[in-house]
Amino acid sequence: MFLQHLSLVNFKNYGGLEVELSSKINCFTGNNGVGKTNILDAIYYLSFCKSFLSNNDAVNIKHGDALFVVEGRYQVNDSQELIYCGFETGKRKRFKRNKKEYEKLADHIGLIPLVMISPYDINLITGGSDERRKFVDGIISQFDREYLFDLQRYNRVLAQRNFLLKQYGKTGYIDDSVLDIYDEELVETGQQIHIKREDFVSRMKPVFQQYFTHISKGRETVSLIYNSGLSNQNFREQLQSSRDKDKQARFSTVGIHKDDLDFMLGDFAMRRLGSQGQQKSYLVALKLAQFEFIYQQCGFKPLLLLDDVFDKLDSDRVEQIIMLVAQNNFGQIFITDTNPQRIHQVLSQIEGEYYHYHVSPNQLERVYETI
Amino acid sequence: MEQPKEVITFDPNEFVLMDLNQLPSRLLENAVNEFAKLPGIGKKTALRLVLHLLNQSETDTMQFTKTIEEMKKQVKTCNKCHNISEDELCSICSNPNRDNSVICVVESIKEVIAIENTSQYKGLYHVLGGRISPMDGIGPKDLNIESLIERTTKEPIHEMILALSTTMEGDTTSFYIYRKLSSSNVVLSTLARGISVGDELEYADEITLGRSLVNRIPYHGK
Repeated sequence: MFLQHLSLVNFKNYGGLEVELSSKINCFTGNNGVGKTNILDAIYYLSFCKSFLSNNDAVNIKHGDALFVVEGRYQVNDSQELIYCGFETGKRKRFKRNKKEYEKLADHIGLIPLVMISPYDINLITGGSDERRKFVDGIISQFDREYLFDLQRYNRVLAQRNFLLKQYGKTGYIDDSVLDIYDEELVETGQQIHIKREDFVSRMKPVFQQYFTHISKGRETVSLIYNSGLSNQNFREQLQSSRDKDKQARFSTVGIHKDDLDFMLGDFAMRRLGSQGQQKSYLVALKLAQFEFIYQQCGFKPLLLLDDVFDKLDSDRVEQIIMLVAQNNFGQIFITDTNPQRIHQVLSQIEGEYYHYHVSPNQLERVYETI
Repeated sequence: MEQPKEVITFDPNEFVLMDLNQLPSRLLENAVNEFAKLPGIGKKTALRLVLHLLNQSETDTMQFTKTIEEMKKQVKTCNKCHNISEDELCSICSNPNRDNSVICVVESIKEVIAIENTSQYKGLYHVLGGRISPMDGIGPKDLNIESLIERTTKEPIHEMILALSTTMEGDTTSFYIYRKLSSSNVVLSTLARGISVGDELEYADEITLGRSLVNRIPYHGK
């Protein structure tokens, strides 16, 4: 599956744009602020029905205009899929597949799987544990509705339980028999979530390590550890033994809502000791492992978007990453970079098709192509 | 030529009038506000209803208010099951033809009416008056759970059907009752969950369809 043609109307800085795309590698190079990332964002829109930068659709309309349209023509096996996204200020967002409008946007998400690697991923390392749980939950629940259901249930029970504990702080009274019920319900859904997260991480880890070793040319060893209180001790017993602590703290102190992913460089935390380049390499490897996971689950290769991914990386690593993604394991790839020479130098060594676009304000020019 | 500046004065009475959609009478306003308190009724619909009542003959409008007053004053809740009733016991509890060995636990009177409309049930009811939800300020003590437990000791109840919502709060309430009855001999059951009757399978959501598969039932040819 790949995106053949992209057309934009009043999307961000583009008044109108038509791009023909290669089924393999597409590079967009140009100076800061010319709109390289906006092209990737448009492609992201067609997969996830939203911008990866903001949840507000209105900010994506070209300044001074009232609507934007993003259209993509995809080749899927032998047939074509035409995806349309239109948004007009004050109206709802419209999504169409082959000219037929979707009733729910959720029905579209998943049709065109996509993995994006962007500078914002750094939050996964520097941000709180909720960022990493969101990363794991987002991937698993794409393919497992039962997981999503359990997660929603768990969070609902947790909210009620925490509310009860908070009330205890105000009134000094708490009904332990209701806490017992909530504990049982947390155990029931929490254990399922725990099993699936554990399974997910154990499947991701070897793929991730392999990619990292490739990018770093084996100079560093990294690991990915699923850190959960449920791994060592029975969840039900934990809830029982921390009941008093929970009452003191006025919230639930144990459970899968405290889970984390530990990103390790050797024996140390990547967050503390990793250089910016090492952190970036780590994230790229992690996202490529995510790619592999989605590929295994849905049976075809997601689109891969690499936004400004080579910033902060040494030339060795840049070369390793491009060589890696240009192999047949990956499908269609979109890359943005400010340095046209760097990318051209590496890509000219590989076999296979690639398009190189030079982006200048509001327009694109194809400067190079190989077949 | 310089334009004279517009002087803005603030009259509190005028402000209040404007705020309530500029109704010409305060009496009308009060009536509209009362109607707008009803569920599903906005200011516009309230105004329409009030104007309608105003245009009716006085006897008709009086009949309307009298009916409501009587309803409010005379309708009681059943001492046993907390269903609405005109007497101490409701028409279901006092009906000797109902099966008093089965009791169906529901959240509100609305569910009693819904289940009665099925004509499939001949047992008794127990109305809880809500479901356990601390966030809405409802704990077990705010519901008619104690009286339910008491009924299992005083009445010849053999089976209890838990007919609560399938939301997390409904399940919590069912589970709470289950715990409370753990030492009792009453058989507990709950409504079947799965594909609705007359549904196309392809339109069923994954969770419902998945659960229906896991909890499939034996098929005997019809």
